[in-house]
Amino acid sequence: MDITLKVNGSSHSVHVDPRMSLLDLLRERLGLIGAKKGCDHGQCGACTVLIDGRRANSCLALAVAMDGSEIVTVEGLMEGEELHPLQAAFIEHDAFQCGYCTPGQLCSAVGMLGEQGPSAITGDLREDPGLTPEEIRERMSGNLCRCGAYVNIVSAIAEVAP
Amino acid sequence: MNRVEGRVKVAGLATYAAEYPVEGVTYAYPVQSRIAKGRIRRIDVRDALAMPGVLAVLSSEDPPRLGPAAEGELALFQSREVAYRGQFVAAAVADTYENARAAADAIVVEYEQDIHDVALRADHPNLYQPETVNPGFPSDTVKGDVEAGLNAAETVIDVTYTTPVLHNNPMEPHAALALWDGEGRLLVYDTTQGTSSSRDLLAQTLGVSSEQVRVVSRHVGGGFGSKGTSRPQAVLAALAARAVGRPVKIVLTRQQMFDVTGYRTPTIQRLRLGADADGRLTALEHVAYEQSSTLVEFAEQTTTPTRVMYATPALRTAHRLVRLDVATPSWMRAPGECPGMYALESAMDELAYAAGIDPIELRVRNEPETEPDSGLPFSSRNLVACLREGARRFGWDRRDPEPGRRQEGEWLVGTGVAASTYPARRSPSKAVVTMREGDFLVQVAAADIGTGARTALAGIAAGVLRVAPDRVHVELGDSDLPDAPLAGGSMGTASWGSAIVRACEHLKVNGTVGRADTTEEVARDAELARHAFGAQFAEVRVNSVTGEVRVSRLLGVFAAGHILDAELARSQFIGGMTMGMGMALMEETYTDEEFGGFLRRDLAQYHVPACADVERIEAVWLDEEDDDLNPMGSKGIGEIGIVGTAAAVGNAVHHAIGRRVRDLPITPAKILRARF
Repeated sequence: MDITLKVNGSSHSVHVDPRMSLLDLLRERLGLIGAKKGCDHGQCGACTVLIDGRRANSCLALAVAMDGSEIVTVEGLMEGEELHPLQAAFIEHDAFQCGYCTPGQLCSAVGMLGEQGPSAITGDLREDPGLTPEEIRERMSGNLCRCGAYVNIVSAIAEVAP
Repeated sequence: MNRVEGRVKVAGLATYAAEYPVEGVTYAYPVQSRIAKGRIRRIDVRDALAMPGVLAVLSSEDPPRLGPAAEGELALFQSREVAYRGQFVAAAVADTYENARAAADAIVVEYEQDIHDVALRADHPNLYQPETVNPGFPSDTVKGDVEAGLNAAETVIDVTYTTPVLHNNPMEPHAALALWDGEGRLLVYDTTQGTSSSRDLLAQTLGVSSEQVRVVSRHVGGGFGSKGTSRPQAVLAALAARAVGRPVKIVLTRQQMFDVTGYRTPTIQRLRLGADADGRLTALEHVAYEQSSTLVEFAEQTTTPTRVMYATPALRTAHRLVRLDVATPSWMRAPGECPGMYALESAMDELAYAAGIDPIELRVRNEPETEPDSGLPFSSRNLVACLREGARRFGWDRRDPEPGRRQEGEWLVGTGVAASTYPARRSPSKAVVTMREGDFLVQVAAADIGTGARTALAGIAAGVLRVAPDRVHVELGDSDLPDAPLAGGSMGTASWGSAIVRACEHLKVNGTVGRADTTEEVARDAELARHAFGAQFAEVRVNSVTGEVRVSRLLGVFAAGHILDAELARSQFIGGMTMGMGMALMEETYTDEEFGGFLRRDLAQYHVPACADVERIEAVWLDEEDDDLNPMGSKGIGEIGIVGTAAAVGNAVHHAIGRRVRDLPITPAKILRARF
């Protein structure tokens, strides 16, 4: 099937197998290896990208359903040679070891910073809880890191969070 | 210094095994056995071969040619016997991933099924004593008379702990991309912790010379031991690429990883400890029951840390193994030390309570002069200093030792302590250092699996050359580079670093190039007991209504030689401790006794710690000066962080609720069981 989608600002018209995930389209057809395949089942978050501005697991999105969508991957976070503030903070806080979950963590964090409203742990649903370390931990728990860099991931995000 | 590869990793440009752009690449997808024991009667591939895009099917119907030394789980499709459920029995190769996967589903395998045996039991009739345990230690040791020591003791405890099947679960799935050239040379982009050893094993399996094989593994998305030896995906990619005459890529699914990439054996561990009225050990016995497959004997060295830890006149350690119809267990972060110290350090806590002695004081009173089993002097040992420093930082003196006393609303609060240890070893390595336009290029077939090897090694070279670290460039992860041991056993940096120091020294006298091979130097190392030590402290909150356990505080204090890079070291320590917390509270793979194989084969069921589970983890260290290790004075730090964490958490749970849970993981069901 033929679809057209925008990835990191560039338009792509591609013929895709209806069984193909967005993740495999990015990695195997468009040469964008930033989004990682960790579980292919929406359980680890390594494939997180922004779909029309919202963070999503690209392994759970079928490529054919992405016709007309705007996708941002980790490769699209940089402004030219300039790192996104979260990317710079991840380096400064040593918020990764093997680096495999990192693109997903970064896209997830970018998406999270744009989200409004309470999380599952927010006490008073009428108040904006603000991005306390507890709120960051809760909101970033869809992205697993087996190297155990969570402490540093939270401090990196907290530095950039408003 | 920040990680030198930090920028490419955050930019999404670091190339892991499956990510090299290769023209005309095709895809392989394996078929797994549905039975745990028996033989393949017939494999019908006609439907699969007729499907769109399918290029080939590999199976034992037409066994691919392998070398005579191919063995175990790497000898793909050579035998019609099935050794465990999930074993690869065939594979489809097609032009796209989707076509390969659909074709694999269409391959029909008929079996003759035998009755399988997959359950580890301490009374299994086929238990035996292996000759040695990984990586070559004696299976059993005896010193003194354990029974006499127990009879003479004031306090005796006799306890049994169990640990479940654990899976490494690195975030990057095992993957390989294989290309043969016109001259019969093979290039494999593989996920491996060591390209030199991977090249040799692959060559041996395929029956070609090592000169014909090149393995490249520039970035590895975690391994934790599971990428320490070649796994079937690399062999399958090579065989498939040879069969179709095109490059072949294979990426294992998360579920397949549970079956064919190794795991930590479940253990049943019995400990008998006796102590006199002052808490001094009169006897210590540690026996571990473990499993391996019918294909390969892998015996985890679970009781070896007990040979290192405490002074006692009577010491017996033993391993008993049973070969079951299961996949072969393998290395997982701190094999031996991790499960063994969980049991020993839990038992020490039980002894402390039984004898009415503070758990830290009990350990201090049993500090040995020399290594208990061997009698060798320690190159350095600062366990007591770690315990004391940790106690000070953690506020141990304010602790009420009585269990079940602290309650905050629904939450019962407890604290616990445990010791850590891990051997400090090194192996022979080669390295070359070249001066180029005022900068320095270090070449060594090392691996960076997330440890920060590039950064640490650049720092080591810069120190010897007396230049800024950013003038040193480290090239690693390629078997065409000077041979090096793998990143494992916490000895990568010690081994590669030794060679780099010597190569830099050679360059300084030689001019522009320095070469080193530390084989002779390492062979001359004096016989000493070389180990890192540490102390782990945990504070837990146990919900009295739901049984949920939260780890509100973890503190690790380590004595691991000279710490080469504070930022990298801290990340390694807290990473190991985080994984240890997972072992304590959530990680567990079930063995399917009905059908064989494993249950919970994904990350929604096999829980690893998530961001919300990790509240406060701190790691600090006492810098040691130890000239008997290597030129850097360093001890490996990749594994000690996970050693002792589970015991510290378990001991804290006991302190919180007043009851022992001796079977990991400590789940809410086990916490609440006493009540229902």
